Amino acid sequence: MKIVVAIKHVPSLADEVELNDEGTNLDFDAIDFALSEWDEQAIEQAVLVKEASGGSVTVVGVDIIEELEKVLHTALAKGADEVAKIVGDFEPPIESRTQAKMLAEAIGAMSPDLVLTGVQAVDDLDGQMGPMLAAMLDMPYVGVVVNVKAAGGTATITKEYPGGVTADFEVQLPLVVGVQAASQPPRYAPVSKIRQMAKTAVIAEIETDDDGAGGPTIRKMAQPVAAGHAEMIDGDSGEVAEKILAILRDKGLV
Amino acid sequence: MPRPLAEQKVIQEEVKELESFVVEGMDLSGHWNRMFGQRVIWDYSHDNMEKVTDLPGGESLGWCYGCAKCTAVCPIDIVGDYSPRKIHRKTQLGIDLFKSDDLWLCTTCMNCLRVCPKEVNMIKIMPAVREQAVLEGDVPAELQKAFEDTAKNGNPLGQPQRKRAAWVSQSDVPVPIMRQHKQPVDVLWYVGSYPSYHPRGIDAALAAARIFHALGIDFGILGPEEKDDGDSFRLAGETGLFEMLAEDNIKALEKYEWNRLVVTGPHEYNAFKNEYPKFGFDRPVQHYTQFLVEHLDQLKPLLKHEVNRTVTFHDPCYLGRHNGEYDAPRELLRAIPGVKLVEMGRCKENGYCCGGGGGGMWLDSFTQNHTRMRLSERRVREAVEYNAEVLAVACPFEVSRFEDGAKSTGNDHLQVLDILEMLDQSMRG
Amino acid sequence: MGNDVLVITEHFDGAVADISYEMVGKAKSVAAALGGEAIAVMLGSGMGAAAGSFASDSTVYVDDPALEQFNPEAYGKVIAALMADKAPRLTMVGSTAIGMDLGAWLAAKSDSEFVAYVGDVAADGGDLVISSRLYAGKLTAEVVSGGGSAVVAMLAGSGDAAAGRGETAVSQIGSPVDLSSLKTKFVKLNRPAGGDIDITAEDKLIAVGRGIGSADNIELVQELAEAMGAVVAASRPITDAGWLPKTRQVGKSGVSVKPKLYLMLGISGAPEHLEGMKDAECIIAVNTDPKAPIFNVAHYGTTCDLFEVAEAMLEALG
Repeated sequence: MKIVVAIKHVPSLADEVELNDEGTNLDFDAIDFALSEWDEQAIEQAVLVKEASGGSVTVVGVDIIEELEKVLHTALAKGADEVAKIVGDFEPPIESRTQAKMLAEAIGAMSPDLVLTGVQAVDDLDGQMGPMLAAMLDMPYVGVVVNVKAAGGTATITKEYPGGVTADFEVQLPLVVGVQAASQPPRYAPVSKIRQMAKTAVIAEIETDDDGAGGPTIRKMAQPVAAGHAEMIDGDSGEVAEKILAILRDKGLV
Repeated sequence: MPRPLAEQKVIQEEVKELESFVVEGMDLSGHWNRMFGQRVIWDYSHDNMEKVTDLPGGESLGWCYGCAKCTAVCPIDIVGDYSPRKIHRKTQLGIDLFKSDDLWLCTTCMNCLRVCPKEVNMIKIMPAVREQAVLEGDVPAELQKAFEDTAKNGNPLGQPQRKRAAWVSQSDVPVPIMRQHKQPVDVLWYVGSYPSYHPRGIDAALAAARIFHALGIDFGILGPEEKDDGDSFRLAGETGLFEMLAEDNIKALEKYEWNRLVVTGPHEYNAFKNEYPKFGFDRPVQHYTQFLVEHLDQLKPLLKHEVNRTVTFHDPCYLGRHNGEYDAPRELLRAIPGVKLVEMGRCKENGYCCGGGGGGMWLDSFTQNHTRMRLSERRVREAVEYNAEVLAVACPFEVSRFEDGAKSTGNDHLQVLDILEMLDQSMRG
Repeated sequence: MGNDVLVITEHFDGAVADISYEMVGKAKSVAAALGGEAIAVMLGSGMGAAAGSFASDSTVYVDDPALEQFNPEAYGKVIAALMADKAPRLTMVGSTAIGMDLGAWLAAKSDSEFVAYVGDVAADGGDLVISSRLYAGKLTAEVVSGGGSAVVAMLAGSGDAAAGRGETAVSQIGSPVDLSSLKTKFVKLNRPAGGDIDITAEDKLIAVGRGIGSADNIELVQELAEAMGAVVAASRPITDAGWLPKTRQVGKSGVSVKPKLYLMLGISGAPEHLEGMKDAECIIAVNTDPKAPIFNVAHYGTTCDLFEVAEAMLEALG
């Protein structure tokens, strides 16, 4: 079984987000990028499917800021067999839909049985990758998925609804899956192993002429104006605890 | 889990006496005093021993001749059943150290190496074998969590990297952060993870800042550019994580101009002194006790208030045994008016271990299943046996470990204080 | 292309999801400004009565046994056919487990513009101004959609459900496309095993998030909850890690709660979590990050260390 994971390198929210001077987007010079957290789940689910049913896992993403290598080395350390990056003359941002087009072209050429991707990403302004890939590759799509099993020509997909309810689907391969969470937490890739991979691994490069520009017209981007703000309780932890309890007593809650 | 010895196979046919044995050109083969041919030896397979001794760093396990000097001084054996000699014997009998819980109990305190006539070096054997286990994913979960947190955030406490200097806002004296300070400093103070994030570690960091300030030291910290030193992760087998952190820290340090490097913790001291030079870092480093002892003449007049307590000092393994510094912390304690310093039986070269080294800091639950009491609890009891009112420490791992130990053994009256906090107390009253 | 607004409504277990009414309410105001109609769309089997509960200008109900349970392939094909037929200016789906399977797919199939995480849509002249809550709610992007058709995925809580409730004549049709040879087959629903506490019925909840650090620390929170007569709830990362059962999860993929007290320890307030607790009567947030979005929602807040506060509260309660 040929499993392909489509990933996104997205602005990291670990630091404060800063806007560009025009206020139309992030200041991409001031922000780090990281693998989208849902894509990390997708990679784990792909490796789990491979371990259960055999086959190979290929991880591919658009190398927007020429720093995707470390993400791909990590994917190899976690059990991916091959990795590839789409390279070109890019400037961030490359919107989701444009990335989906580039990825659909690359993935189509790989003739996959199963395409996994994160169900969403924090920068999905113009769309989640999964449904767009499915539309472009003309494959069925199931998203918000928490388990994938594949055997023969069929995949059994568990989709999550609110309140702990899930639904099982049987889907003919090939298909695209939007992973919410892998059926077990993503494994740890020892940095020792990632560094070994960095020394030995070959990253396939897929070139594109598309410069990645374009996308929705953003009039402005801003930090949301808060409708209100909590009344902040001052003091050391002991005083704060007392004040919280006073509020609760006042409301008859303790 | 290791299989019981009884299940290990005795190999009857496979292990044979060597046919010939030549050492340094001299034929020591036994054929000349033997009437019959090569004999079959009844023995366990040597494979598991060779797996260890074939590893770079693992060789010396094979040198053990079973004298058991190590067993007498191993801090784990005092609360459990463990020592290098025991590991050697079990491995000879076929236990696979790579899969054994024994692999994760050693705190790399180095007391065994101090007494070993054969120089069986657990400080090299443990990281070498653990590295292989880490690559295979055979790591206790709690330790792996520390690896993961540190790989992601640069500290094992699971706190965000960008908040590494958040403690500074609690300081009543200025603590310049190099990125904003934009001028050279005399002392670059590498704060360390626990003093940056752990509430009790922060107490020591705040004390250090006040002392530096009172001494008029021109100092700065790396703040959000500082990462964990990584030495304990190296010893716990995550070599790559250590290398990555070392490279990042060296890069951050090289960005700024400073004259000397002072660190809060002994593990950091060991990293910068003995390990970072392998990555091209060649600047001298001092533990804060060494640095402050140099300023003792200026410091003494500031220590105005008496601290009338009976104090004992716990030598950190990585300041004392690993790096030979026993005097500086004691000199500082003696400089505090009112302090009555008593020594515990296990002190200096034979100092006991708090259990936090070599990854032990993140293996408490794991280790607890193999010991009668925590090492920290054993140490707290010893301090109490010597009638100490304060257990003074100089390692950021130790304050929380010993405070927990004091609570869990019902010795709440024993106060655990970093020497920094004691100096600060004497300064401020 | 016309000026109509199509709303893809949702239902589960025979009940129409609130977000459907919210979207219909919003669609009415947008359609009115555009000079078009708000058209509610429902797909299902035997749901005709529920299909009449919208305040839309008209409602299309597609009835087919293959549409009884949500099936992304079947729903996608039917809605794509309806979109081709109605040529709406704007199509709304929910930013939900159902809508997220459809929105971007429909946009790609119909060559429409797409905007995700939408908090608001307004007509401005001939343009649509769409605000998207990007980067986990840390930024709002205002997108202007000019001439073409657009699909938006609306966040829960972005409209007034009351404005979308009403009555309309329903035009019931059969499936406009053949649903007999789908590649995607619905097999079954799995419901959570009962037995655990129902947090939606509790008056007092203490919710823990990522800030709790490790599974061991939950014990302290349990102790505090016991002392307060409260129950421990959690945000997604905690239940994903298996530190608390799934039944304790509050938010988009968990349950929505409306307790008298919601004490939050180490939760920053991602939109997915806010969705499930914003209506609590008294929200107190403990988070060391003064910029955490939760402080814009909570009634009281503190940046003290959560463990210190919890311990101090526990001590004070004896």
